[in-house]
Amino acid sequence: MTEPIIRLKNIHKRYGDTEVLKGINIELEEGKFYTLLGPSGCGKTTILRIIAGFTDATEGDVLFDGQRINDLPANKRKVNTVFQDYALFPHMNVNENVAFGLRMQNQLSKAEIKTRVQDALASVQLQGYGERAISELSGGQQQRVAIARAIVLKPRMLLLDEPLSALDAKLRRDMQYELRDLQQSLGITFLFVTHDQEEALAMSDDIFVMNTGLVLQSGTPVDIYDEPINHFVADFIGESNILSGTMIKDYEVEFVGKQFECADAGMKPNEPVEVVLRPEDLDITTPEQGKLTVTIDSQLFRGDYHEIVAYDEDQNEWLIHSTNPAVAGQKVGLTFEPYDIHVMRLHESEEEFDARLEKYEDGEEAHT
Amino acid sequence: MSRRQYANWGYYIPYGLWIGLFVIAPVGLIIYQSFLNLNHHFTLANYETYFKSGTYLMMTVNSLWWAFLITVFTLLISYPAAYYIHQLKHRQLWLLLTILPTWINLLLKAYAFIGIFSQSGVVNQFLGLFGIAPQQILFTNFSFVFVATYIQIPFMILPIYNSIDDVSDSYINASRDLGATSWQTFSKVIWPLTLPGVKAGVQSVFIPSLSLFMLTRLIGGNKVITLGTAIEEHFLTTMNWGMGSTIGVVLIIAMVIIMMLTGDRQADGGRVR
Repeated sequence: MTEPIIRLKNIHKRYGDTEVLKGINIELEEGKFYTLLGPSGCGKTTILRIIAGFTDATEGDVLFDGQRINDLPANKRKVNTVFQDYALFPHMNVNENVAFGLRMQNQLSKAEIKTRVQDALASVQLQGYGERAISELSGGQQQRVAIARAIVLKPRMLLLDEPLSALDAKLRRDMQYELRDLQQSLGITFLFVTHDQEEALAMSDDIFVMNTGLVLQSGTPVDIYDEPINHFVADFIGESNILSGTMIKDYEVEFVGKQFECADAGMKPNEPVEVVLRPEDLDITTPEQGKLTVTIDSQLFRGDYHEIVAYDEDQNEWLIHSTNPAVAGQKVGLTFEPYDIHVMRLHESEEEFDARLEKYEDGEEAHT
Repeated sequence: MSRRQYANWGYYIPYGLWIGLFVIAPVGLIIYQSFLNLNHHFTLANYETYFKSGTYLMMTVNSLWWAFLITVFTLLISYPAAYYIHQLKHRQLWLLLTILPTWINLLLKAYAFIGIFSQSGVVNQFLGLFGIAPQQILFTNFSFVFVATYIQIPFMILPIYNSIDDVSDSYINASRDLGATSWQTFSKVIWPLTLPGVKAGVQSVFIPSLSLFMLTRLIGGNKVITLGTAIEEHFLTTMNWGMGSTIGVVLIIAMVIIMMLTGDRQADGGRVR
């Protein structure tokens, strides 16, 4: 394991009586793509501003390469930011904007600045735009200039504050690929802030899911999607069916009045839990073959799949993603595999969750 | 349809009347008068006198110089003041306090300064404590520039404050983020972005300062003669309206030139370095 570039130790941030960050502990390693994901007001942008140096942490330490940088002003930090509103200087053209940081250093030759600006513009596919005024550029182009202006300084880490939120859906998707490629070709750490779970899942090596000033869960997109730690994460990341149930014993859970085999263990017998079933893990079959019987209520065509809403006998709502259309009013069966069931304990912290996961996974290996 | 158009035109009537009666007509009259001699005959003699006599040209240069000095001092005080006020917590209140003096009549303020600067005034009483009183403060070039600057400051602070207010914090953050020191951030980002406010302030201070005449008399003790003083003399004392109008026309032309020099050249603004 490499030494992290940035380490946040027990960061708190208060504005008067309101506590925006309630003890953030994060480690960011060299060359990875990280995402802070959470609803607006969860404190994710505040973390970014603390790392960039635009605001101070009320409590806690910010470490850069192991050095405490709480008191280092923003202009001395080896991180650069791509702002949500891009913050491109309107009185300068594209070249001048990108060259700004290099010029401020007062130690590079004009020729060197010129080459580096051109390289940076080339890496965001904006060759030949150097002489344009900022007002002549489209939103997507401004976005690229903002990225070029930040990466031209060769920072150790790039902070991106919801940079795609102002773009239309198609462009946003293209930019996701480009940002990912850019991060991999530059090999620097990206810390990306967003409230869009799709963006986070698509681009990140690691995601920190946040809510109300706390990191609820961190891990790879697949881990977080497949093993959400609690109701909030399950609900926020992707669509899900969340039901309350009871853990009868290891590998057996009861919900909607039935018992099912599952892949989770390490809980107390008869412990109340919540169960997550992803809509795409549910398969429609005949009522006889189904583990559950539901009645189709309505469906929406989403392009690549049908989003179907159905109700069981107890009036629980079931969301199903299917490639085949269903018929409203029809009674159908639902099947799923034991490992499609994700059991979540109530009020489990991330450490407890990880420890339990490790324990029963070890147990499984010993078993086989 | 056409009736509604007429109705819309109706809204322009008060403005049109105002512009016509108080802007276009007076300017027209001044231009017309400037071509008349004392016997109301058409002549170019007024302009000839103006451009041939050293006195008038000297007076023009003087006016420009005083207006320039007043503008420079006003700017030197107003920019930091506006910048500072913008960072205060109760900035609206402080802004209001700086604007407050403009609500008081110019004459009243001038008389107040006569009291302050006179031989037995507050300043001389204070200097008396050090045994260096009485000093002649009133009726000096210093007192004229001082009071004129005092009067003009609010008109400079307001546009500068507004332009500072328009500079988004994210520009400043971006500049710092890219490694600029506070001074570099100011000189490369904040100053250029607030330049429109400075230009507006310069316009609203320099142009009125060209024609200050009451202060030249009350505070400057008639030692400072500007174009404004000359116009007043010609209209009220020598009754040479033609000559007065000629100076007026010159003043208007000077104003137009200043407007053009400080105007926004927005068309290629993005490329000007």
